[in-house]
Formats: sequence, structure tokens, C-alpha cells
Amino acid sequence: MWNSLKTMWTIFLHMFRRRVTIQYPDEKPVIPPRWRGRIILSRDPDGEERCVACYLCAAACPVDCIALQATEDEYGRRYPSFFRINFSRCIFCGYCEEACPTDAIQLTPDFEMGEYDRKNLVYEKEDLLIDGTGKYPGYNFYRVAGLAIKDKDKGEAENEAPPVDLHRLLP
Amino acid sequence: MSELALAWSNVILILAVVFSFAALLSWIERRLLGVWQDRYGPNRVGPFGLLQIVADAIKLLAKEDWVPPFAEKALFVLAPVIIAITALLAFAVVPVAPGIGVVDLNIGLLFFLAMSSLGVYSIVLGGWASNNKYSLLGGFRAAAQMLSYEVFMGLSLMGVVMLAGSFNLRDIVAAQEDLWFCIPQILGFITFTVAGIAEARRLPFDLPEAENELVAGFHTEYSSMKFGLFFIGEYVGVILISAMMVTLFFGGWLGPLLPPLMWFLLKTFIVIGFFILLRASLPRPRYDQLMAYGWKVMLPLTLVNLLVTGAIVLAWES
Repeated sequence: MWNSLKTMWTIFLHMFRRRVTIQYPDEKPVIPPRWRGRIILSRDPDGEERCVACYLCAAACPVDCIALQATEDEYGRRYPSFFRINFSRCIFCGYCEEACPTDAIQLTPDFEMGEYDRKNLVYEKEDLLIDGTGKYPGYNFYRVAGLAIKDKDKGEAENEAPPVDLHRLLP
Repeated sequence: MSELALAWSNVILILAVVFSFAALLSWIERRLLGVWQDRYGPNRVGPFGLLQIVADAIKLLAKEDWVPPFAEKALFVLAPVIIAITALLAFAVVPVAPGIGVVDLNIGLLFFLAMSSLGVYSIVLGGWASNNKYSLLGGFRAAAQMLSYEVFMGLSLMGVVMLAGSFNLRDIVAAQEDLWFCIPQILGFITFTVAGIAEARRLPFDLPEAENELVAGFHTEYSSMKFGLFFIGEYVGVILISAMMVTLFFGGWLGPLLPPLMWFLLKTFIVIGFFILLRASLPRPRYDQLMAYGWKVMLPLTLVNLLVTGAIVLAWES
């Protein structure tokens, strides 16, 4: 009995405490940068697409909401001809971001994705691709990968030794 | 003729005030719970969220009024009607202020007890007619709980009756001119409060609903306005119990300076606030604890109160 009265008094005193509610639409919550919200595709510092269409994100996705098709341009750069994320299935687990070898796919702190029509939740590549680099500003996959593309031959990448000529006898 | 017109206007006015206050109470309750739980509660629709009740009403009316095919149709529809009617009928005897009130019965208190115990029919029938195991369990619990708390609810009021010497609620209020009965009848007051909360099925004694283990108990299968009627019935019950507590233990409309009606409303609102505070702070007991508490603690306390009060009144008069 005494305990109950004490509880009630404690709760009554809460009348004079500050409210902890965030009045959401008027007052935006502060969201940490690593929050797993809306998914984007980023570009490298040169403004080219980072995605090399390796399918690892689609393979890692537990709900199979990512669909894409790889193609290649005339310089040997792989890129997705289409890239589609169905956000009505996405569970925002971030596995795609973990799997991505080129830091192309990233999850952002934007969570305001409400739609009245379900089909509007299917995002195509135009909706996903942003102009900037996202969370990893300096990284450029093709500048460190030993792959010959336009303006960069084999052995010209950062931290890469020139290729060994198998037909020469000099050490 | 004018007397009849006055009586009718009284009836309609009290009905309207009680109904609208019961609807408003859903907003008041949520706001007060918010205050005590460090949040805001409904504050989006209209000033201070006051239009929330209108939004709720529109929602309840617009929802599908569905009777499940496996339910016992007639009783299923009847159940929510009973609770609203009994709760409102019991209001007939509440003496709001001198000259305001529906009827002035000599057995007003007995009428109140009779009507409040009829309310259990609504819940038991609703729980049974739903043809759902959760609802049935809720109905069972309601029946057992209301029967056992009804026993000492009546007995706890007998001390008040002895002191006032009347079953007439207006006489009981008049008898508190010098001293409110909550002081000489402190035991009766406590036991009546507990019984009243259990009667109105308010937390912490809302075991017939118990959303954790019984989904929503007796009103699991109810939708739309039938559910709304159960809700209104509960709030009317809360107002009724508060009004009766004010009448029986806090001197009803008596008080200095303010007009009697204001005193009555003020006291009733404070008691309702206390009920909501109970809801905000106390956990729900287990069902066997609830029954044991009723039979082993509250009933003996009431009997002690009855004996002591009787002895004192006898000694006083001789």
C-alpha cells in the first residue's frame, strides 16, 4: 500500500519534468551520419559512376530487393545498365553497403521516404545516383585498381608497380 | 407543465453534459497520461489537440461496423448498449447541485448499486457472444471480479448510510455540512475507492481487458461504434464513480464561495484526475492476487469498518 502511494507520488512529480518528445514534423531529430536510411549510389571524385556492377550487393541482400544488369563501355569500365531498388521490401540492414567493394552503394541519414502509392517506392538508377561522393570523399576505385581504362594503363594506378615483362631476362 | 419542462430540460442537459464529458475524458486522459509520462499526448488536431475527440468520433463512425459470422448476433449487438444504458441510468440519482439532478429517490444509493452491478451483464454477454476464447476469458474475469468487488462495495457504503441515516443521496450530502465523510469513514472511503476502480474496470484493475494476455478481453471482436460504446461506457462509469465518491465522501456540492455546481464539478474532476494518476503509475496485479486482495483484505476491512461505525453510532445515540 505504502509502496503504491510512493509510486503515485513519484509519477505525480513527473508533471514538473521537461517533456522528452520531439515534435517531429516541426522539429527535426538529429540523426547520426551512420544511420541506415535511404540508399544512394555515389560517384567517384572524377564524377564517374562508382558502381562496377559486381552484383555483390544484390547477392548480400537478405530480401532480394536489389536488381541490376552489368554492361561495359568501350574503355573497359563496367557499369550497371539499370539499377533498381524496391524500397517496399528493403529492410535497411546495410549489408549491401558492407558488401560493396567500391563504396558505391551507401546508406544515408534520410528516412523521410513515405509514399501514398506503393509503386513509387521502386527507385531506378536515376533516383539512386547522386552527383557527389557521399560518405567516402577521396576514394576512386579505378585509380587504385590494376585495370586498364581510358587515360590509365596497367601499372599506372596508385601504389601499383609497373607490370612485369615476362619476355625480358633482366632481373 | 413548467415543472415537467424543467425536469425534461434537466434530463437532457445532464445527458448531454455526461456524454460530451465522457468523450472529452478520452482526450483529458491521454493528455494527463502524457503529462505524467514526460510526453505531450494528442496535440496536433485543433488547439491543444482538442479536436482529437472529433477525429476519433469520425474514425469510429467511418469504420466498418462488423459482426463476425461466428458471433451470437443479437447478444453481440446488445452488449455495448447495456453498458451505456446502465451507466447513464445510474446517473439519474446523482445529486449534482440543489435543484439539479434527474430524480430524487429515497433509495438512491441502492439504485446506484443495482445499476452499477447490472453493468457486468454487458461485459459477460459481450465476451460470450463474441465466441472467442480471449473474449470469453475476459468475460469470466469480469464476472468474477465484479461479483467479488460488488460484495464489499455495498458494505463499504453502509457506514455512510449509518452516519447520514438515509439512503437518499441528497440527505447524505446534507449530512456532510459539518464534516465530510471521508474523515470519519476513512476505511469505508478507501474500500469504496478500490471497489469503484474495480467496478469501472480501470487500471490497475482492468483485468477483463488486459491487453497483454487477453488481446483486448471482452471487446476483442468489437469494431466501430460498438467498440466506441464500450469506451463511452467505461468513461461514463469513471465519471459516475467519481461523482459518487464526491457525493458520498467529499460533501457533494458543499463548499464555500463558489456556486454549488462548480464545487461538484471541481471535486469530480479532481477524483477523475486521481483515477488517471492511478492508471499512469500502478502496475496491473495478477488475477489471483486481485481476487485474494478483494476477499482477504478489502472485505474484512469493510466488515471492521461496519462494526466500528455501528458501535460508535449506537454509543452516540444511547
